[in-house]
Amino acid sequence: METLERIITEHPFFAGLESYYTNLLTGCASNVRFEKGTYIFKEGEEANEFYLIRAGKVALEIFAPQRKPIMLATLDEGEVLGWSWLLPPYQWRFHAHAIETVRAIALDGKCLRTKCEENHDLGYEILKRFAQIMEQRLEATRFQLLDVYAIGK
Amino acid sequence: MATATITDPMLPQPYSVRQVVKETADTFTLTLEPSNGAGGNRFQPGQFSMLWVFGVGELPISISGDPAERDRLVYTVRSVGQATHALVSRDVGGAVGVRGPFGTGWPVEKAEGRDVLVIAGGIGLAPLRPVIYEVLHNREKYGRLVVLYGARSPRDLLYRKELAAWARQRETQVLVTVDYGGLGWRGHVGVVTTLFKYARLQPARSLAFACGPEIMMRFVARDLETHGLARENIYLSMERNMKCGVGFCGHCQYGPHFICKDGPIFPYDRMRPLLEKYEL
Repeated sequence: METLERIITEHPFFAGLESYYTNLLTGCASNVRFEKGTYIFKEGEEANEFYLIRAGKVALEIFAPQRKPIMLATLDEGEVLGWSWLLPPYQWRFHAHAIETVRAIALDGKCLRTKCEENHDLGYEILKRFAQIMEQRLEATRFQLLDVYAIGK
Repeated sequence: MATATITDPMLPQPYSVRQVVKETADTFTLTLEPSNGAGGNRFQPGQFSMLWVFGVGELPISISGDPAERDRLVYTVRSVGQATHALVSRDVGGAVGVRGPFGTGWPVEKAEGRDVLVIAGGIGLAPLRPVIYEVLHNREKYGRLVVLYGARSPRDLLYRKELAAWARQRETQVLVTVDYGGLGWRGHVGVVTTLFKYARLQPARSLAFACGPEIMMRFVARDLETHGLARENIYLSMERNMKCGVGFCGHCQYGPHFICKDGPIFPYDRMRPLLEKYEL
């Protein structure tokens, strides 16, 4: 049977992380499942976790008045969902919608924040990895904003 | 006085429209056949023709058909102006003049024994479709075929049935994404570069062919480099205002290159310094 620690170790987000740190992370981790069509979290709710997606697809959605929800991006197996747990005010900024049944590892943000404060080496490792994700998503968002296929539309 | 011969590259050959297929709201695929019944239309994947719409104008259009089907030439055209609108509005049997094929092709022979990575944005899938046919017809010559395709929205996707059919072929991975997904869309949402992480790339044994808006290719090439592909193993299809098709007129000059004659396919290591220049 796969242990939580092994799943965390094998997830791309934590690739290469020393076993001492994965052991610390495992104390804050749990297996979760979200059925297709359900919301994992919604904008404005308290952000107390992040998720390592193991299977399924999540749509990040934002709502505008008198419009249907806008799907900003999708996240699949191997990706990480959510960084609002890391920075005040610890509130989600958009909706996460399971458009396929999702299996994931949830990491308790409060638990992790405490461990990062106690162990700054762990905190730096986590921040480096999230900074890379943020950089990739910022780059993708800039590319998306260019609307490069819109000529003549 | 010089007389035109059948091989004169400036002399259009008479073709007629065999079929017009509507791909999206503004994009159509035309199949042309020689009016004189002759066959033998040889072209390399990536080459283009100059298509004359008599009385309206001439257009450079990439060939998007199967190189093995020599009795026809196939073009996918987005109707964005007077000449393209006139071209896609031709009735079956209508006359079109064809010059070419012109330009360099995708170096598919260099891809033999390697994984072939096809990255297309919008109508950029059209000039890459002959590469996909070539690989699928000669499956034993190549490694994995990975097709990454991005479009603006689900309704802008080209060749939807073919994409699904290609995905069922052995050693073939087809991933499609859209920049803006409607609520009914259940595929990927995000720019085409977000697909790289799902593509199981083996950079050291891959050759990448990219086609789409120039700015998209810049993002793609940069990300491919980050993933470990060497610049000389990344090829781009460039586009400028091509008129003569053979390097006489200079309309398509891009730095030291004529896109119509030296291109349209170039390795990224030759294009990179130009892609980063303002207003070129």
